Amino acid sequence: MPDPATTSVPDSAGRFGPFGGRFVPETLTRALDELSNEYEKARTDAAFAAELDELLRNYVGRPSPLYHARRLSQQCGGAQIYLKREDLNHTGAHKINNTLGQALLTVRMGKKRVIAETGAGQHGVATATACARFGLECIVYMGEEDIRRQQPNVYSMKLLGAEVRPVTTGSRTLRDAINDAMRDWMASVETTHYILGSVVGPHPFPRIVRDFQAVIGRETIEQSRQQLGRLPESVVACVGGGSNAAGMFYPFVDHTGVELIGVEAGGRSDQPGDHASPLSYGAPGVLHGSFSYVMQDEDGQTCDVHSVSAGLDYPGVGPEHSYWKDTGRVRYTSCRDDEALAAFATLARTEGILPALESSHAVARAMELAGQKKPDEAIVVCLSGRGDKDAAEIARLTSRSNSAG
Amino acid sequence: MTRAGITRYRGDKHRNEMNRIDELFARLRRANEKALMPFVTAGDPDLAFSAEVIRELAARGASLCEVGIPYSDPIADGPVIQASYTRALDNHVKLAQILETLAGVAPQVEMPVVTMVSYAIAYRHGLAQYVEDTQRAGALGAIVPDLPVDEAADLSKLCSAANFSLIQLVTPTTPRDRALRIAESSTGFLYYVSVTGITGERSELPASLIDNVGWLREQTDLPICIGFGISTPEHVRQLAPVADGLIVGSAIVRRIANAVDTPRQEVLHDVGAYVEQLVDALRTA
Repeated sequence: MPDPATTSVPDSAGRFGPFGGRFVPETLTRALDELSNEYEKARTDAAFAAELDELLRNYVGRPSPLYHARRLSQQCGGAQIYLKREDLNHTGAHKINNTLGQALLTVRMGKKRVIAETGAGQHGVATATACARFGLECIVYMGEEDIRRQQPNVYSMKLLGAEVRPVTTGSRTLRDAINDAMRDWMASVETTHYILGSVVGPHPFPRIVRDFQAVIGRETIEQSRQQLGRLPESVVACVGGGSNAAGMFYPFVDHTGVELIGVEAGGRSDQPGDHASPLSYGAPGVLHGSFSYVMQDEDGQTCDVHSVSAGLDYPGVGPEHSYWKDTGRVRYTSCRDDEALAAFATLARTEGILPALESSHAVARAMELAGQKKPDEAIVVCLSGRGDKDAAEIARLTSRSNSAG
Repeated sequence: MTRAGITRYRGDKHRNEMNRIDELFARLRRANEKALMPFVTAGDPDLAFSAEVIRELAARGASLCEVGIPYSDPIADGPVIQASYTRALDNHVKLAQILETLAGVAPQVEMPVVTMVSYAIAYRHGLAQYVEDTQRAGALGAIVPDLPVDEAADLSKLCSAANFSLIQLVTPTTPRDRALRIAESSTGFLYYVSVTGITGERSELPASLIDNVGWLREQTDLPICIGFGISTPEHVRQLAPVADGLIVGSAIVRRIANAVDTPRQEVLHDVGAYVEQLVDALRTA
């Protein structure tokens, strides 16, 4: 058995146990070192913390509520389900927690241009928003397939003054958007900061993004104590790259009585190419500068993956999740497309909340888990984003399956 | 910490014996000549053609050949090399077949062959196995463009033990003390990346390039070869005086790309004539 998980990761080389590290071209090394150094300085700077805090409170609207979903809980017939309402943040998802932090770092480093990748478009919108707020030039790389299925977010980014660059290589999804953002950065690294949107990529990104997102878990602990008088029995979050889950789980790691459950995209089936669940079906390897679980073929080529939700449609996962998996601190499972769509519909009708398709994966597993638990137990679900962006795509999928049936 | 200029770093200090890459550069230095080092993507558009191209390059006077192992997510590569990787992978080229093809051609040419491989691929194959298998196929070293010196210790040790070169990269963004550290751990030669950016032909190369390479040459006895962006006889003449070799990738891969819809003998001749032109420019530089 490996040692139990600790919160004193990563080490100075960006390692979470064996995972993480920095597998990138030499060209990027200096910028990553510069980012590490600036972050270390900012982390211990009271003025930085105060500025970020003020933004989170008055611009984002934090703390986000912890909401007791009574009708949903009743329907599941077991444990009480609480929703951590990251969907109520400005821009409609948890992504803004990270982009504001990194925009502040960008300003501190004296850089004026920002690039970002986006899958569902939530990180793209949150980056465009932070850049507008700080007067930074913003370019967002987005796969053509994701531009199609997340149109509302594309409009928002443009309205916020960002340039959206369509990515036409490979599977035209999140993974290819990260490739193109990295290539841009290879040439622009001296004047540009790359605001990576998840806990993936080379050190120090997995650590920085986790730390900026950890506000989710910290608030949840405080709110649980106030509302429940204790910590919840279980916490559930969806995992693509894994930033909302990392932010939710990290403050709970040392509270070993709390069960932590990460939900990957189960797609259409458990066959290769039909899902995006590297922690469930992949193996450790290298992708996008980090050593972590990944969907690869026997040669190390990244596999195409599938999920109905653009934000989870990614063949890799953050290295800290790999660490939590191997130490046994977090249990990872997956949820199929149809189960997520059903959970979306149930939450909409029982609670009047449209969850993002990404978050719907966590809702589905929490509903199942609630049915197996007693009414005096509590499950917190990270409702990482709102589902307005998905309404058109869900309508399209629903009409297709109706006409097919 | 050793101060620059006082102790000269020796890239070959970990080696007990020279391999053919070391012999090549020793010979070129004695003759006051420089190496022309083409890059080709294995399996573009298929492996039979790659083997023919490698023979043609050797016949036209190339000194060393970098064989690119196609990778699905190459972040250091520009559109031309990315597209060649995609063509090869769309044709389902596998590492085992590449090694088989290499074994059929590398031992037949005098020109040393090294692989350019993503760490994702080498790691998945098993680092020790990768060194053993590519060496058995006739490769003399490897360039792993996404493995910075800080992460290279394991592979470095394996390569040293096998007298297999691990060629490492220095870029314009590399601080000087770090460049010295990289020079100390690199074997075979040092790959100096000419530009801050991805691979691909450039009309102009940075003005500071010659000074930066010149500085590095004073710090190390390791041969220094310049790559990225080089495509014209003019570039070759400009850079030859400061380098031990020049690496040309995208300009060759772009010509090979024509093999999809042009008779192969024509493409082979075009690539060969182009390389010969650069070799000539190098000799008269």
